[in-house]
Amino acid sequence: MINLLLFPIIIPFLFAILLLFFKENVRMQRVLTLIGVVLSLVASFYLLITVKTDGVQAITLGSWPAPFGISMVSDMLSALLVTTTLLLTLFVVIYSFTSIGQERERFFYYPAILFMVTGVNGAFTTGDIFNMFVFFEVLLIASYLLIVLGGEKKQLRESIKYILVNVVSSALFVITVAFLYSVVGTLNMADISVKITEIGQPGIITLIAVLLLIVFGIKGSIFPLHFWLPGSYAAPPIPVLALFGALLTKVGVYAIMRTYTLFFTHNIGFTHEILMALSILTILIGCIGALAYFDLKQIIIYNIVIAVGVILFGAAQMNEAGISGAIFYLIHDMLIKGALFLLIGIIIYVTGTSNLRKMGGLMKTHAPLGWFFLIAAFGLAGIPPLSGFVGKLLIAQGAFQAGNVWGSIIMLASSLIVLLSVMRIFIYAFWGEPVELPKTNRKSYVRMMFPAIAMVVLSIFYGVGTEWLIPYMTDATDVLLDPSIYIDAVLKE
Amino acid sequence: MKTNDVILQTTTKVVFFIIFLFSIHIFFAGHYTPGGGFVGGLLTTGAIVLLLLAFDLKTVQKALPFNFTIMTAIGLLLALGTAAGSIFFNVPFFTHAFDDFTLPLFGVTSLHTAMVFDAGVFLVVVGAAITIIQSIGGDS
Repeated sequence: MINLLLFPIIIPFLFAILLLFFKENVRMQRVLTLIGVVLSLVASFYLLITVKTDGVQAITLGSWPAPFGISMVSDMLSALLVTTTLLLTLFVVIYSFTSIGQERERFFYYPAILFMVTGVNGAFTTGDIFNMFVFFEVLLIASYLLIVLGGEKKQLRESIKYILVNVVSSALFVITVAFLYSVVGTLNMADISVKITEIGQPGIITLIAVLLLIVFGIKGSIFPLHFWLPGSYAAPPIPVLALFGALLTKVGVYAIMRTYTLFFTHNIGFTHEILMALSILTILIGCIGALAYFDLKQIIIYNIVIAVGVILFGAAQMNEAGISGAIFYLIHDMLIKGALFLLIGIIIYVTGTSNLRKMGGLMKTHAPLGWFFLIAAFGLAGIPPLSGFVGKLLIAQGAFQAGNVWGSIIMLASSLIVLLSVMRIFIYAFWGEPVELPKTNRKSYVRMMFPAIAMVVLSIFYGVGTEWLIPYMTDATDVLLDPSIYIDAVLKE
Repeated sequence: MKTNDVILQTTTKVVFFIIFLFSIHIFFAGHYTPGGGFVGGLLTTGAIVLLLLAFDLKTVQKALPFNFTIMTAIGLLLALGTAAGSIFFNVPFFTHAFDDFTLPLFGVTSLHTAMVFDAGVFLVVVGAAITIIQSIGGDS
């Protein structure tokens, strides 16, 4: 089965196509989507085990020799990210059955999700820089549909901004790839890495490194380029927001991690210093935003910005602890953001508002919601047995080893602000005097709770089961720190 | 006053078939000369747009009673199917195959699975473009 690593990309794509045939049949849409996501999840777990036992999987499409065809590469990092993506999609899809509403389901909601997952998994798996651009476009175009689907005034306004920003950044991506191609003359990522090592990263390559940082920084929302994110992410309904918040920015983060560990490793003093400075600023700006708002969605959205900063700060250290911390935190953040968005979706459904000042006393009527939100909040802040702890610990360790004392102190202090921002949600929404709740359907509340609880439980296991995950994380870190493993897997002859 | 489009409509009835045949030619010639699924699809779309200009939307829908969304889906399925066929032979995804066949009328012809992929592209381009035009033009 040499094509195994493509299955998590092909299966969602196939099912998305099949769904186009049954536009009006909502029941059929749900069943097929569920089957598709579960099948690709099984394939991705199988892939994870294969990568663990046999090492990096690589294939060059069309039976062409390696630098000439499009290579697809699945190392441990990408296999882990693909599996997390599909897990998250499964729960968000189940949540959507109850919360998204028939009108949206009738208009290509599920095909859009599956096309987006195709793009995300493809971007995680590809070994070709232009193919990465294509997969970025696949996921972006599907996300344009998801952000505007429903046609509310707010969605229309914000989707214009979102599309405008992403079209500009995509154009910049193409220009940067053109620069890179004119210097090294190849698009295969392993081959680019070899060629850059041969010429020893002259100034032009460092310039391209900064351009790529700008491109992926817009997609992943790092500090001066995050301006589009808070408005755009607040517009679509909650399940879409959960998918966006957990997946889309992380694709940008993954692309930065990949290019900065595989290509641009010869002038670390310049490129990685910039990355580190920007990631610290990203953490600061995210903290300011997370404290400034009394709106549930905005608080969690600014927590995405903080997490992006933390992950990139770890990745910029370029030592073992920093990188493996970044990988731990990346996957933790995908899980916990998914869980938190689903939970605040339920809070908004129950109270009928996203304004914290209009809530109160939910603990008396919705106790399980409160407790699971509390666990998710502690997990986000990184309280020891839960999932956020190990990643942040390793990142801090890596930063102290590399001598970046102030950066790591700011990163650690940001945990307090993260905790404060989510505890404020807990205190305002769950404590205090109960307020009048609008009439809601108890049955749909229960149905929405299941996937949310499953995600929280998953994140608890992720925190408690760190010991079991360490061999996987070590494999992922090894490939990032030693590009020759990646290059040998692709250019083997 | 009712406008009389008899010249436009009569010319269209002839020109449509010329454009359509040219698009089929471009599509089949794509392997050895400039052309292929994308341009071929756009030319076919152009022919249908000419029909839409000369007649109204309802007449064209009656003359070409296809669901263009389904056409896009079939095109995608063809493209994915050709690429995924290689999975069953355990060779890398997208590996194409070709062979020479002796066909009646054409003689020895080399048939390549890339053409089926191109047919998928053709259908997707036609389906997507006509869907866009129909949904923008269909409101009034």
